[in-house]
Amino acid sequence: MAGFNFKLIKNPLSKENPITVQVLGICSSLAVTAKLQPAVVMAISVTVVVAFSNLIISYLRNTIPPRIRIIVQLVIVSLLVILVDQVLKAFVYDVSKQLSVFVGLIITNCIVMGRLEAFAMSNKPFDSFLDGIGNGLGYAVILITLGVIRELFGSGSLWGYQIIPDSFYEMGYQNNSLMIMPPMALILVGIIIWVHRARNKDLCEK
Amino acid sequence: MQEIINIFVKSIFIDNMIFAFFLGMCSYLAVSKTVKTSMGLGIAVVFVLLITVPLNYIIDNYLLKEGALAWISPKFATIDLSYLSFIIFIAVIAAMVQLVEMFVEKTSPVLYAQLGIFLPLIAVNCAILGASLFMQERQYNNVGEVTAFALGSGIGWLLAIVGIAAIREKLRYSQIPTPLKGLGITFIITGLMAIAFMSFLGIKL
Repeated sequence: MAGFNFKLIKNPLSKENPITVQVLGICSSLAVTAKLQPAVVMAISVTVVVAFSNLIISYLRNTIPPRIRIIVQLVIVSLLVILVDQVLKAFVYDVSKQLSVFVGLIITNCIVMGRLEAFAMSNKPFDSFLDGIGNGLGYAVILITLGVIRELFGSGSLWGYQIIPDSFYEMGYQNNSLMIMPPMALILVGIIIWVHRARNKDLCEK
Repeated sequence: MQEIINIFVKSIFIDNMIFAFFLGMCSYLAVSKTVKTSMGLGIAVVFVLLITVPLNYIIDNYLLKEGALAWISPKFATIDLSYLSFIIFIAVIAAMVQLVEMFVEKTSPVLYAQLGIFLPLIAVNCAILGASLFMQERQYNNVGEVTAFALGSGIGWLLAIVGIAAIREKLRYSQIPTPLKGLGITFIITGLMAIAFMSFLGIKL
């Protein structure tokens, strides 16, 4: 355990953010963010799976034959996802129903496979674990931002509690129901990427 | 028959893999730079979906579901193996992709040259696993319906990726603010396409 490499956690939060810069794991991030609660649960599940699969694969990295590594990785990841799924079903059944197939889809979440291939296969276990946590948190930041914006403007509430007071509605305020529809998630991610790159000029594409 | 056509049309336009569920976004964004390659990947996805989803349906119905093992012996009727479905589905997909790759390599070198590089990518494409999981959740009645669903989802995905690739080819010549170039504008255009696809909502045959 040679030193606690803080960079591994800090970098994925902004400069190497898995969603906006590495373009990984978009599949699930859009579908679960119509409300804040499922977004948070999903973010925690993904962080757990990425961190522990990174750790396990990193321990095994010298014994896995390169030709069949994808299958080995898939088996380990799906094992962890089954555990997460069973825990969610046991403790937060409502949310697990809302997430439906997207818990299972953590297996093919590109963040997990991408980090396994790019980091865990060539680094020490503890570093890989930190890298997993960092990338999970980077994913969580985007998910929670999207969840807050979409739930606040789409349903006028946060975490199920009403935020926008009734007097607003009486004055003619309307919830923007496009916010909870799928297309708006895509457009919002586009805007987040725009803002993020405008502030970090070196990330712009030519 | 009508039910099958209904499922087919519905899974292309209304429950479109990309525009309604965002499945397979990673390869959708990475491979949609030119129409030709995106066509190759799209066809490979249709192909693999058509094989894996009905196969997973059969496995789910005769091995995993609660009571599915009753055909072996009535004693097994209470066994519920559905918690194993993730691992079994992904194993079937990974194995089938490998098999398809070897089969195509042996039988049709031309097709292999076009699809070859995409096939390994497909094992980790969320659209494939997603289709199997949706199949499990939506409880279709027979293999025919499941096949229609698989074919429809595949074609829907193909339509989406070829559409965005065609738009991105044109976009290269337009003036876009630098931070929005590439990824950002692709997201926003996909969003606009998704709004267009929403107009199919409510179509029923």
